[in-house]
Amino acid sequence: MRLCVAAALAAAVAGCAAIATQDAARGPSPEEVKAVLQSSFQAKGQAKLDRLDQDEVQRLCSTVRPGHALAPEAAHRIEAAQMAAIRYPQGSLVGDWKSGEKIAQQGTGKQYSDNPAQPSGGNCYACHQLDTAEVAYGNMGPSLHRFGATRGYTAEMQKYVYAKVYDSDAFSACSNMPRFGHMGILTEQQIKDVVALLMDPKSPVNQ
Amino acid sequence: MKAVHGIAAAVAAGIALAAGLAPAEEKSPALQEIEKYRAALAEGNPGELWEARGEAIWKEKRGPRNVSLEACDLGLGPGVVKGAYTVLPRYFADTDKVEDLESRLVTCMVALQGFTPEQAKKDPFANPGQKVPMDALVAYIASESQGMPMHVSLAHPKERQAYEMGKEIFFYRGASHDFGCVTCHGASGKRIRLQDLPNLTDPADARRAYTTWPAYRVSQGEVRSMQWRLNDCFRQQRFPELEFVSPASIALSMYLAKSAEGGVMNAPALKR
Amino acid sequence: MADPMKIRATMVGDKVEVKVLMAHEMETGQRKDSKGAVIPAWFIQNVTATANGKTVLSAEWGPAVAKNPFLSFRFSGAKAGDKVVISWTDNHGDKRTDEATIA
Repeated sequence: MRLCVAAALAAAVAGCAAIATQDAARGPSPEEVKAVLQSSFQAKGQAKLDRLDQDEVQRLCSTVRPGHALAPEAAHRIEAAQMAAIRYPQGSLVGDWKSGEKIAQQGTGKQYSDNPAQPSGGNCYACHQLDTAEVAYGNMGPSLHRFGATRGYTAEMQKYVYAKVYDSDAFSACSNMPRFGHMGILTEQQIKDVVALLMDPKSPVNQ
Repeated sequence: MKAVHGIAAAVAAGIALAAGLAPAEEKSPALQEIEKYRAALAEGNPGELWEARGEAIWKEKRGPRNVSLEACDLGLGPGVVKGAYTVLPRYFADTDKVEDLESRLVTCMVALQGFTPEQAKKDPFANPGQKVPMDALVAYIASESQGMPMHVSLAHPKERQAYEMGKEIFFYRGASHDFGCVTCHGASGKRIRLQDLPNLTDPADARRAYTTWPAYRVSQGEVRSMQWRLNDCFRQQRFPELEFVSPASIALSMYLAKSAEGGVMNAPALKR
Repeated sequence: MADPMKIRATMVGDKVEVKVLMAHEMETGQRKDSKGAVIPAWFIQNVTATANGKTVLSAEWGPAVAKNPFLSFRFSGAKAGDKVVISWTDNHGDKRTDEATIA
């Protein structure tokens, strides 16, 4: 049974939060969660309400709790599907590392406070060490210092880097790393520039 | 965002102030400097200016009914401010809802002072150079719970529902970057750039983090509340805008407040 | 008059320790708003502290001092029960005076 929780004296809530009567042991259903979110968010700037819609990856990965992982079949299914959706550039996968460094430093893009006409950044330093000259780096992800120097400047490694930046979930379902290509955060050229940052022998990352 | 100028500007913009966590790794020189910065800032919290203004607003006759907020029931009975922050969010029979501090203030502004809900919810977060009543009231009421442990109830079915809903929202991954709260706050010893992140699924981190909000944010030059913190997190998660005192915001606050069970309140705190 | 200061004055040995929190925007005059217009400079220029009729601190501040400034200083020549008076004026001619009793 669905109860419409209407605000009485307090500020009116747009629509009804469909919090059904439920026994304490069972949490809310995905539909109930979605309904609460729809009634709690409003479109602003470039962020419309469709950002609350989840794709298969987000839906499944939202069920993962600390200390647990997705069931292996589900994880492999996600990884295969994401891998199949990767679009590689024609010709070279390696762009310009100087542009790549700027992309790695820039943290804006896709927020409702951002200008949609401006390119997004990758914000790589939020989570990774890259050029050691930058001391303000995060540790959400592994250090990428000397990435190409360590793994070899090969075509296979270039392709791996391109794919990993394009869609990290193709390799590790429910990765914390955004899917920069799949979700249209970075352009093809931008991803090539990030590949160069990691894979150009002259890049500061490889010194 | 306002650039930090003056004495505090000696610290470069890239250096951030941690929420009092000890990183698991060996501290880099940059992180050691941050600790020195934090120690230097430890006294002289401008948040006290908000506390004083908030107490004055609480006692001031305002609104169409020209009545103060002193009869407002924040959860411990009409007019009881001391300790109230430690029991919020909670279920209130008069509105038949779970309410956090800010939604309860809105309720009282409407019910006691005669404001419309739109008036009461207007400008909850001060813009540069703007003075708003809400953050001052939050600073004052939170300060009256200093030294007291968090203890929210889940006894009422709606309190339990709010907690469970908040927990699901915490793990909800979405928008362009696949971020959920859990992305940044689901593991220990993590930081973004040089900002340490509390693991809100770990009780010790959750207690430390929750009990330092509201806080005077030096980079903002304002006192910011939990409602503001949630709103700004979702902006950075690339979600649309979280509405002030919306059901999701209260559910999340419930989840976070319960996760911080036993944590000793120390707000308004001082953060970068 | 502008917003009140918070002043705490205590005896530390034979000296008085004073801690003051002032409410002031302290705009440098260097920042621009979202439309690109310069936000005018607005900052405390002079701070004076007196006790028992004598000036114990006199300061000239500029835009390098941070918003909502915190000032801490010690002086000798007063005891518990005496009053400390703090005054400031800014570049708009605005001013504020508050006092506290030494604890």
